[in-house]
Amino acid sequence: MTTTTAEPARAGMSRRQRARLTRGAQYAVGLLVILFLAVKTDWKSFSDSFLRLDIAASMWPRLLTEAIRNTLVYTLLAFAFGLALGLLLAMMKLSSIGPYRWFANGYIELFRGLPSLVVLFMVAYGIPNAFPGFKFPGDFFGMVTVGLGLTAAAYMAETIRAGIQAVPKGQMEAARSLGMSRGRTMFSIVIPQAFRIVIPPLTNELILLVKDSSLVYVLGVSVAQYELTKFGSTFLNTKASPTPLIVVALAYLAITLPLSSLVRALEKRFAQAR
Amino acid sequence: MATHAIAIRNLSKAFGDNVVLRDISMDIEPGQVVCVIGPSGSGKSTLLRCVNLLEQPTSGRIWVGADEMTDPDVDIDKVRRRIGMVFQSFNLFPHLKVLDNLTIAQTKVLGRSMDEAKKVARHNLERVGMADREGAFPSQLSGGQQQRIAIARSLSMDPELMLFDEPTSALDPELVGEVLAVMKGLAAEGMTMMIVTHEMGFAREVADRVVFMDGGYVVEDGHPSRVIGDPQNPRTKSFLHRVLNPMVIEPEDMHPDGLRDAISDLAP
Repeated sequence: MTTTTAEPARAGMSRRQRARLTRGAQYAVGLLVILFLAVKTDWKSFSDSFLRLDIAASMWPRLLTEAIRNTLVYTLLAFAFGLALGLLLAMMKLSSIGPYRWFANGYIELFRGLPSLVVLFMVAYGIPNAFPGFKFPGDFFGMVTVGLGLTAAAYMAETIRAGIQAVPKGQMEAARSLGMSRGRTMFSIVIPQAFRIVIPPLTNELILLVKDSSLVYVLGVSVAQYELTKFGSTFLNTKASPTPLIVVALAYLAITLPLSSLVRALEKRFAQAR
Repeated sequence: MATHAIAIRNLSKAFGDNVVLRDISMDIEPGQVVCVIGPSGSGKSTLLRCVNLLEQPTSGRIWVGADEMTDPDVDIDKVRRRIGMVFQSFNLFPHLKVLDNLTIAQTKVLGRSMDEAKKVARHNLERVGMADREGAFPSQLSGGQQQRIAIARSLSMDPELMLFDEPTSALDPELVGEVLAVMKGLAAEGMTMMIVTHEMGFAREVADRVVFMDGGYVVEDGHPSRVIGDPQNPRTKSFLHRVLNPMVIEPEDMHPDGLRDAISDLAP
């Protein structure tokens, strides 16, 4: 302490004072930019086109009963399918049997590299062409599930594989030493721990799927099958106003933000059991 | 072979070019407590892990009771039920509470009802002095407590013999005693035990037999009073000298060459 006080005040300010001043300057600049934008914005013309409450109101209640509902249904179906297939692929990729590994690797590389739109299109029109008379179980819903789920499975497979490999080897050894078979150990010991590890990256997949569900329009949807984006864009066309876009954007946030907090809660719950 | 608890014949194990076990043969009788000691890298853990086939031997044969572990057609999961294994790093299942750690293999492997499994689990928690922590997660327990739970987990399968792979090496010094006390109690009950350990005091007091390994060979094998108390082989003497007197370094060891030799002796 004595050495610092004895030191001459070189710049007239201590390090702490300088840091505080710099921070203050940054706040000031930020505030000025916001003020400048707020003053310069033509609020009248902006709200006339983007914030038309009457148009927003006209989207109600179909926004909830059709658009949001369909988005959620498509997302959850594709997620469930992708998760199951992804888990299978992850285990194939970790298999000691060569052909399983090769298949999983090929699948993952292929479907990670293709745009979801192309996959969805091929599922909707390619499969019925290649196998005439084939119908998806659940018809339209089956098509959506597979079309979106195939791509999601490729990403989830890699995530789950990483999670399985992150479970210490000693867990497998301990369970096998107790007489559990390899498969039993996988399902009772390794995978439950792997899922706790991959909850955050799997949430990412889920949120990406919420947005990817907007691609379903390529399947040629009836009005009752509209999800958020298609629903919004039809309003955009008929009302000649961009307000529906704002409404739809807020609806997406209304789905994704609770998801994020749900996952934080899950992580907290599992923190002890890891 | 049916009379031995464990019978090992001409066992060799190599990891690539690294030969870890060289032509080992030994028998362990029911009720015997055998401590395996030796410098790190001597192959003692690998030997133990070969017994329940966590490592696949390169050559040689191993029997546990009447079952040959090295028979390609052996039902390994079935034989392993009779062999308890305790690891250096405990390896409790962190996603399960203590009681579930003890019941999962009982219900899924032995087919016991949940009620029966819980009864057995609670009895074994009692045995290791952990009856009051059955609702805890492993991460909430100390290392010594976790290791006692791991022992109870193995005991819940009613094993015929128990393998211990350096069970106290990962513990803080003040927690070693509680684990050794549990093991001592097991030995007194007549459990057949094969223990890889650095605890010379425990080996001397509890073991019926001490096996000293070095460089993949069994160098000495006999009563602890002889192997630890009066070692014949110079390698055993040198190892015990270093383990029992860690602060003593011989003057010749301080010479650069001598020190290098001493280090390469420790980790061949």
